[in-house]
Amino acid sequence: MTYQTMLSLLGQGFLTTLAIFLLTLLGSLPLGLGITFCRSSKFKPLQWLTKFYISIMRGTPLMLQLIVVFFCPNLLFGIVPPTNWRFIAVILAFVINYAAYFAEIYRGGIESIPVGQYEAAEVLGYSKTQTFCKIILPQMVKRVLPSVTNEVITLVKDTSLAYAIGMVEMFTRAKQIAVAPNSPGIVTLFVAGLFYYIFNFIVAWAMERIEKRLSYYE
Amino acid sequence: MNVLEMNNIKKSFNNHTLHVLQDISLNVAEGEVVAIIGPSGSGKSTLLRCATLLTEMDSGELLYLGDYAAKNDENGNSVYADKAALKKIRSHFGLVFQNFNLFPHYSVLKNLTDAQISVLGRSKEEAKQRAEVLLEKMGLADKGDAYPCQLSGGQQQRVAIARALAMDPKILFFDEPTSALDPELTGEILKVIRQLAEENMTMVIVTHEMAFARDVADRVIFMDGGVIVEQGDPQQVINHPQEERTRQFLSRFAQN
Ligand SMILES: Nc1ncnc2c1ncn2[C@@H]1O[C@H](COP(=O)(O)OP(=O)(O)OP(=O)(O)O)[C@@H](O)[C@H]1O
Ligand SMILES: [Mg+2]
Repeated sequence: MTYQTMLSLLGQGFLTTLAIFLLTLLGSLPLGLGITFCRSSKFKPLQWLTKFYISIMRGTPLMLQLIVVFFCPNLLFGIVPPTNWRFIAVILAFVINYAAYFAEIYRGGIESIPVGQYEAAEVLGYSKTQTFCKIILPQMVKRVLPSVTNEVITLVKDTSLAYAIGMVEMFTRAKQIAVAPNSPGIVTLFVAGLFYYIFNFIVAWAMERIEKRLSYYE
Repeated sequence: MNVLEMNNIKKSFNNHTLHVLQDISLNVAEGEVVAIIGPSGSGKSTLLRCATLLTEMDSGELLYLGDYAAKNDENGNSVYADKAALKKIRSHFGLVFQNFNLFPHYSVLKNLTDAQISVLGRSKEEAKQRAEVLLEKMGLADKGDAYPCQLSGGQQQRVAIARALAMDPKILFFDEPTSALDPELTGEILKVIRQLAEENMTMVIVTHEMAFARDVADRVIFMDGGVIVEQGDPQQVINHPQEERTRQFLSRFAQN
């Protein structure tokens, strides 16, 4: 196997990794906000349920969650999964896991905003929705950005866990190539590592840009 | 007609063990400037918070321009008007906080225009015009594009006053507007309030600045332990208090 073949195979794997990464963020960043609302709901059962859900998501390995999501529909309900179920299951598991983490980060951010901001808005006549969207949310985003960046960088590496249910993303691909006869062998893993590293480098750079853009106020 | 009418307000905290307001009544006529003085913990802030609907009172009536914000039910418990009525009533008053509470992520101009647009439904141009007139008046004409964190405390408080005035309230409440400021900055705020008083703005001001209260207010109220102990002409209350408690409180100020 030539280096060129290896790179193109790894490249294909990388596209899958990238897809998992982007779809997970697209789903979990907004879903996390919804979970934050449920978590601080005045309706107690919903609050307890959300707390329980968050503790499960944070208290068990993501790999286990992946396997459960992947096998459950079939084993528990006898549903024959659609052909692309593997990919859907990966996204689903990642989204519900990361949303739980984001929800807790958001909650911390919201709680750190001084009560005076709510009171000033209330006296000025802003509605509850306006207060949240115009006054609280923008300040919350700025406060949580460093923690969100940490999670996003962890996600880049966590995508490799998808191998647990046989998803052929970059890491799985790299292992396959490395053990194939006449392949560049261990070098493949180094190259894959380099891919992850560069990916994360770009992610960190992008997040830093966003933080800079929000640094116009304190 | 009184701009503000508060009748027999009662408020307690901690499961009715801590009685902070005990039967307080306060009427404020149009154009009147009322200064409230009193020791820490006497309930001054709580009274303003009840008047501005930030804290729910247990009992008592609250009216703005004759419209009920809250009235007593047959058991003597305050019952508040519906959402729409309260929204209208909120547009009658403004509140200036001790620590400004400006919106840090908005520029000075946006702090002044945003509520005009999204609460009062004014056009962008109209809101901007109103804001610029007020900034000019506050001596901050060149600060429209600045962010609150770039301003001094005195400037921030002037922006906060302008933000409240931009909504064209019928009455403006101040809760110790100079207490968070360095002494050399209190003067600029007092000057602004003095100017508003000359323009016949109706105001209720909680303050520890006795000389200011005496010079600017039409009436001074001394509160202690959740009741109004003494009120009347500023000269009278501050220079010749009738009540022993008022005298004690004021003598502490004379020493400092
Ligand atoms: N939300 C609350 N929960 C419990 N107690 C409260 C609450 N708000 C105020 N109090 C208590 O009510 C009393 C009156 O407080 P308030 O803030 O009205 O006093 P104040 O006259 O404004 O004092 P200061 O001059 O220090 O501002 C205090 O004993 C305070 O501890
Ligand atoms: Mg106070």
